[in-house]
Amino acid sequence: MIHYDRVMIRYGELSLKGKNKKSFINRLVQNVRKTLHDFPEIKIYGERDRMFLDLHGANSAVVIERLKDVFGIQSYSPVIQVAQDIEQVEEKVVALVQSQFEEGMTFKINTKRSDHSFYMDTTEINHYLGGAVLRNVEGIKVQVKKPDLTIRVEVRKEGIFISSETILGAGGLPVGSGGRSVLMLSGGIDSPVAGYLAMKRGVEIIAVHFYSPPYTSEQSLQKAKDLTAKIAAYSGSIQFITVPFTEIQEEIKKSVPEGYLMTVTRRMMMRITDIIREQQRGLAIVNGESLGQVASQTLPSMVAINDVTNTPIIRPVVSMDKNEIIEVAKKIDTFDLSIQPFEDCCTIFAPPAPKTKPKLENARKFEARLEVDALIERSIAGLEVEEIKVGQDSSAAAKADFMDLL
Amino acid sequence: MIYFDNSATTVVNQQVLATHIKVTEDIWGNPSSLHNLGNKAASLLNQARKQIAEVMQVQPSEIYFTSGGTEGDNWAIKGTAIEKREFGRHIILSAIEHPAVKESAKQLELLGFDITYLPVGKDGRVTVEALAQAIRPDTILVSIMAINNEVGTIQPIAEIGHLLENYPRIHFHVDAVQAVGKMDLALGANSRIDIATFSGHKFHALRGTGFLYLKKGRRIAPLLSGGGQESNGRSGTENVAGIAAMAKALRLIRTDETEKIAKQREIHDFLHQQLEQLPNVVLFSGCNQAQQAPHILCFALKGIRGEVMVHALEKEAIYLSTTSACSSKSKATSSTLGEMNVPTSLAECAVRLSLSDESTMTEAKQFIQVFQQLCQTFSGIHS
Repeated sequence: MIHYDRVMIRYGELSLKGKNKKSFINRLVQNVRKTLHDFPEIKIYGERDRMFLDLHGANSAVVIERLKDVFGIQSYSPVIQVAQDIEQVEEKVVALVQSQFEEGMTFKINTKRSDHSFYMDTTEINHYLGGAVLRNVEGIKVQVKKPDLTIRVEVRKEGIFISSETILGAGGLPVGSGGRSVLMLSGGIDSPVAGYLAMKRGVEIIAVHFYSPPYTSEQSLQKAKDLTAKIAAYSGSIQFITVPFTEIQEEIKKSVPEGYLMTVTRRMMMRITDIIREQQRGLAIVNGESLGQVASQTLPSMVAINDVTNTPIIRPVVSMDKNEIIEVAKKIDTFDLSIQPFEDCCTIFAPPAPKTKPKLENARKFEARLEVDALIERSIAGLEVEEIKVGQDSSAAAKADFMDLL
Repeated sequence: MIYFDNSATTVVNQQVLATHIKVTEDIWGNPSSLHNLGNKAASLLNQARKQIAEVMQVQPSEIYFTSGGTEGDNWAIKGTAIEKREFGRHIILSAIEHPAVKESAKQLELLGFDITYLPVGKDGRVTVEALAQAIRPDTILVSIMAINNEVGTIQPIAEIGHLLENYPRIHFHVDAVQAVGKMDLALGANSRIDIATFSGHKFHALRGTGFLYLKKGRRIAPLLSGGGQESNGRSGTENVAGIAAMAKALRLIRTDETEKIAKQREIHDFLHQQLEQLPNVVLFSGCNQAQQAPHILCFALKGIRGEVMVHALEKEAIYLSTTSACSSKSKATSSTLGEMNVPTSLAECAVRLSLSDESTMTEAKQFIQVFQQLCQTFSGIHS
């Protein structure tokens, strides 16, 4: 196992963003620090074009793995640092090539020299190191055009830097650089994917979950929290807000005709989410609606629900096929959790035949039978807020709970 | 007291018992119940399964809880027969399998299945060549134990697995009841083993607990039908306390396993070497590391029936058994020794000494002293 001393991070679309660049870089530095919170020894330098991590002995394998999930990183390279001593460089370069060599591979050495006082020039260094690799790694060949392996050597005042791999980052924009939004998180397949995609575009997420005990179980609430813990991997942690929703659902059930149960329920959820957004100084609402999958997801239905607010509603999966959404859900490891069969707020009072084309006027008319403001006020008074960090899911909790027993 | 009958059963570990009591008192809900009490039990069950899977380096979905070795063996054999009966009715076993395997196969014989018993050599091991010859197009199952319970021979499981790579449709079952904490039995995606049987009370857990490993993608029919517990594989309300205790026992036995095996091996080798020097003592277990389990030593003092020896040692507070505990009460002699071509008159004299990770060299030395005296006492009797 090769140990690296530094990691060089290349910014993604950041490089394009002119004036805001500085705040974007600062945000990325913060996010990287949050992701590596348990390595206080790591020093992070956010420079104009690149970011450098000085690992100071931290486990480079773990760091390399964690950086894969951080949005705003285009690619990154682990770097070995040695003193200005060609023999030390030789030793590290040979070890590096040996660790990555596979039958039939080609390589080249690519040296840059910013410190021109070093006694060898770039051609000499290339030859010297190339020869050393050829002598020590049996079967490897030099190829200058498109080699399988490029060893980059950079001679600087403070030492010589060696790297070979360029690891693809998660891309996107640093979470938080695009402001804050509130995610309506049910527990199904779509909403965690929507949250993930919004985060990828730099949006910081606060998760809102509607909880209606005893109609929905504690397990369904736990499932929503576990899903939040999964997508927290992309930002370090996420605020999770539980909204008590039982009374509202019961009132709707009593007063609203079956065909409009769903529409009115969603309107109430949207109102509450919007109030939370305002409290939390968010700018938009994110949800997992997509077009045409279920009755609630037709355009007329969207019109009837969206009626309650002017806040921008971001629907990242709106035009995706179910299979495309599932593919992302599997990639971010939320799929298996999402398909666990618990009643959630969307399924529990689902009428046998909801209106696929609800009329806005009807929705308003039926809703007027409710004491909307009072209901919402009581619900908001009972909000519960907690912070969910990556890895803080129920299986980790169970493991801790039963540690003494098992 | 010196307890050298650990292949019959082991003493329950205190920490394991503490778990059993605590779970019995505090987490007694039915894991299938929807309420909190049920959820808590289900969560513990789940966590126990995860931990066992982790310790065995397999997937949690590949672990099925059973009542022990006999159930596991019955399920593996009969479950395969029911599941795969359309594909063939030929089953291959070693001739020295535990009765739970052999008798299951005999029952199937009555139903029209064809059983081939692989012979063992004088060394008590089956050969891969014999197995290769026994395989037929209609073979659906090969069942070979990892460690023989009477003599402690390690069977060539890895080599058999290698041969069976060429026969992907055959189920390969390994009775691993004697193997936990005694050898490294590789399971998982890279192993050819499809099914493996384990029993809790052989590694300091409680009686009535066990688990079956069933490789992902392999199917065996359930024997116990009902409420669909254990992913429909084994119905019956789960023994949560027993299972949690077993998970703990498994973790404990496998902690520092290499050192524990080495220690038992050292005691085993010492005993082997001492017994070898005694006149009229015949050893049936070897001491080759690759072929002999570190905890079982089968031997005989010529002319003295095993039963007599067991009782004579018992008077000195030393406990071992005549070959396997299962056959020791019936007068039957060891079937394994019979298969190894040991004459009946000598097999009748066999006793089995079996160690655990808690056995000590001091105990072994004490045992040798007592045994030497007994040999002298008995020396007038056998000619």
